[in-house]
Amino acid sequence: MTLECKQVWQHVSEYLDRQLDPQLLNDIEKHLENCEVCSAILDSTRNILILTADNRTFELPVGYSERLHARLEKAIREAPEPKNDSA
Amino acid sequence: MPATVEREKELIARIIAGETDLFHELIRPYERMVYLSILTMLRHEQEAEDAAQEVMINAFRHLKSFRGDAKFSTWLVTIAMNEARQRLRKAKAAQLESLDEAKEEREGDFTPAVLTDWREIPSEALEKKEMRQKLREAVELLPPIYREVLVLRDLEELNQEETASALGIPVTLVKVRLHRARMMLQKMLAPYLSTAAPAKKGFFGRMFQ
Repeated sequence: MTLECKQVWQHVSEYLDRQLDPQLLNDIEKHLENCEVCSAILDSTRNILILTADNRTFELPVGYSERLHARLEKAIREAPEPKNDSA
Repeated sequence: MPATVEREKELIARIIAGETDLFHELIRPYERMVYLSILTMLRHEQEAEDAAQEVMINAFRHLKSFRGDAKFSTWLVTIAMNEARQRLRKAKAAQLESLDEAKEEREGDFTPAVLTDWREIPSEALEKKEMRQKLREAVELLPPIYREVLVLRDLEELNQEETASALGIPVTLVKVRLHRARMMLQKMLAPYLSTAAPAKKGFFGRMFQ
């Protein structure tokens, strides 16, 4: 089946997550061979996702871990027994 | 690297049995995940840090209620997202959120930004500090219901089922929201990724102006 660009756009996410059924994947791959617009949309979205997962994009504040464990230590000392109920 | 499932189970059992100091070791692999998932929701570093500490303390206090049918990381991120949502609601963001949901019901279409020259998306662009800054800003601009899904799937790299479980929504909704979140980001960031065609003033165009 020949797909239009708009139809391809609806499946960008599933395409990147490799969740498409083989027939649709094949149709999209065919479309991409001849469509630079859709190829660019897929590439740019993929790049954004790579950047999102990059550890340098979102960083922890300096000293976060130390402050966290210091406060936890205090809480553990105050109430040493984990309660038996639901969180 | 997170400990193996077996090691985690052992740690949890020993903590509940009284070796409470081991809790530090148990949560160490997830410090980053808990803080960042909250930060991206609250958009305020100091409050996110305070909330992350609360989450870990709550996790310690309620550790006995962790049954082991979910992964410990999913259980922890569920507590983190609940904490973030509660604080967001307190900050009057609940109103905003319900508006987003109404939009979601109505709107099924979207248009990504069309790049005029896709060869201009170089990997060097991704290395730039400014690009990372733009991405952080763009993520913060996403409405909360989209942001939470994107953060868990694409930043924390949880799978669909874990994300659905942590947010208490169906997997189908995770997929729909993730797709829209990614398209919104693509639209917002395309101008910085390359020489792009001006974005059409469609639904998402209106939303972020």
